[in-house]
Amino acid sequence: MTRFNALNLVKHALTGHKNWTEQWPEAEPKKEYDVVIVGAGGHGLGAAHYLAKEHGITNVAVIDKGWLGGGNTGRNTTIIRSNYLYDESARLYDHAVDLWEGLSQDLNYNVMYSRRGVLMLAHNVHDVQSFQRHVHANRLNGVDNRWLTPQECKEYCPPLSISPNARYPVMGGALQERAGTARHDAVAWGYARSAAQRGVDIIQNCPVTAIRRGANGAVEGVETAKGFIKAKKVAVSAAGHTSVVMDTAGVRLPLESYPLQALVSEPVKPIFPCVVMSNAVHAYISQSDKGELVIGSGTDQYTSYSQRGGLPLIEHTVAAIVEIFPIFNRMRMLRKWGGIVDVTPDRSAIISKTPVDGLYVNCGWGTGGFKATPGAAHTFAWTIAKNEPHPINAPFTMERFRTGRLIDEAAAAAVAH
Amino acid sequence: MLLIHCPYCKETLPESEFTYAGQAHIVRPEMPSEQTDAQWEEFLFLRANPKGPHYERWRHFHGCGRFFNAVRDTVSDKFLTTYPANTPKPDLESLIGDAE
Repeated sequence: MTRFNALNLVKHALTGHKNWTEQWPEAEPKKEYDVVIVGAGGHGLGAAHYLAKEHGITNVAVIDKGWLGGGNTGRNTTIIRSNYLYDESARLYDHAVDLWEGLSQDLNYNVMYSRRGVLMLAHNVHDVQSFQRHVHANRLNGVDNRWLTPQECKEYCPPLSISPNARYPVMGGALQERAGTARHDAVAWGYARSAAQRGVDIIQNCPVTAIRRGANGAVEGVETAKGFIKAKKVAVSAAGHTSVVMDTAGVRLPLESYPLQALVSEPVKPIFPCVVMSNAVHAYISQSDKGELVIGSGTDQYTSYSQRGGLPLIEHTVAAIVEIFPIFNRMRMLRKWGGIVDVTPDRSAIISKTPVDGLYVNCGWGTGGFKATPGAAHTFAWTIAKNEPHPINAPFTMERFRTGRLIDEAAAAAVAH
Repeated sequence: MLLIHCPYCKETLPESEFTYAGQAHIVRPEMPSEQTDAQWEEFLFLRANPKGPHYERWRHFHGCGRFFNAVRDTVSDKFLTTYPANTPKPDLESLIGDAE
């Protein structure tokens, strides 16, 4: 694999860019691996990268039923932020933001992390009180977040309507300036390239049909469309399909899978400088570097594996956007799609060992997994390598639903995660 | 847009009249004080999350306001049947046979 740098760029320019080597090879499964990771999204590929780079474990395969990054990694709205209320979440998501800042250098791959700021709008007295509480809690945890008046919101995001006559007037906003967006595909590709360079096999279009356990109960490997693959450890990072995969190992998780939809408009010239979220009116919006407005809101109300979702939700989302940004009421929408997200009862993730020896799981990211990609991958790799959690993900066990030690971000009134 | 048949109103109506209410046929424990932590976890948090037919509750919120049960395929989102609350689970085999 050729390193990306100025010298190589000039060299390849002189030969018409015809001699770039492939970014990762097409791999066929070996008979046996130290670690098999199920799911080649950002989280799974990232875990392979950190296993190889930080723990020296390179006899690793990442297996996916589809193509690399074709699940939720390629379907989200690319928002990155860490302004969560509880201490445990603040540490985990801020760890991810710390890693986002150096990720392009770490991977030698431009993930286009853009610190354009995330502004969360308050539309009523409850919002104001709740968000100001978030701002103070965040500052105590060393997470940047500050309060803006409606006028300051307008200065930060000029397309915003702060008319006092609006149906949902803007009464202020919480701004995290370190938050922003990144190129989601590049995250999967960058991690894949870096992991493959260190010897990790990436096996695409190969569904894992079951996790096989031995007579002593420990993991033996995975059954796949390309036959049985032996593995000392199996790590599941399969997002919406986690329940289906883990059921085959006899492990039940507190997950429900919902469709989460997003849509983009036709591309226009740069008009929208940041990310704006409104929990009360319920939508979020940013502009991609291609010029499309990227829009999303909450999940559909019913569980599903359809990767589509229903149109009533799109209507609700677009109505909310036009309510806050009347300027966009004649924009034409180009595409909409859905991904399947696995939601836990407390809306916090699970990065954990399981009751089965050698089986690990990273799941339950619900509607907010993209922002956590480097942090989740980094602590998941640690958990797999050392067979014990990193201090940052230690509270995110699957046992918390039995002990009652929930991390109840659902109750922290963040509608959109 | 899902079209949902309300077994009380005996009408098939658009999804926006209804609200989803989670897995059906979950029975509240008769002796809560005798439940173990594992049983509470099961009752409160562990849900079936099948890729295929799913027994679930819906409420005809903007209609008769009543809860009913349904069997829906979570891959195609098609309803196999809907039936009043407090009636036993319909037999899955016969439903799938009907659909085909």
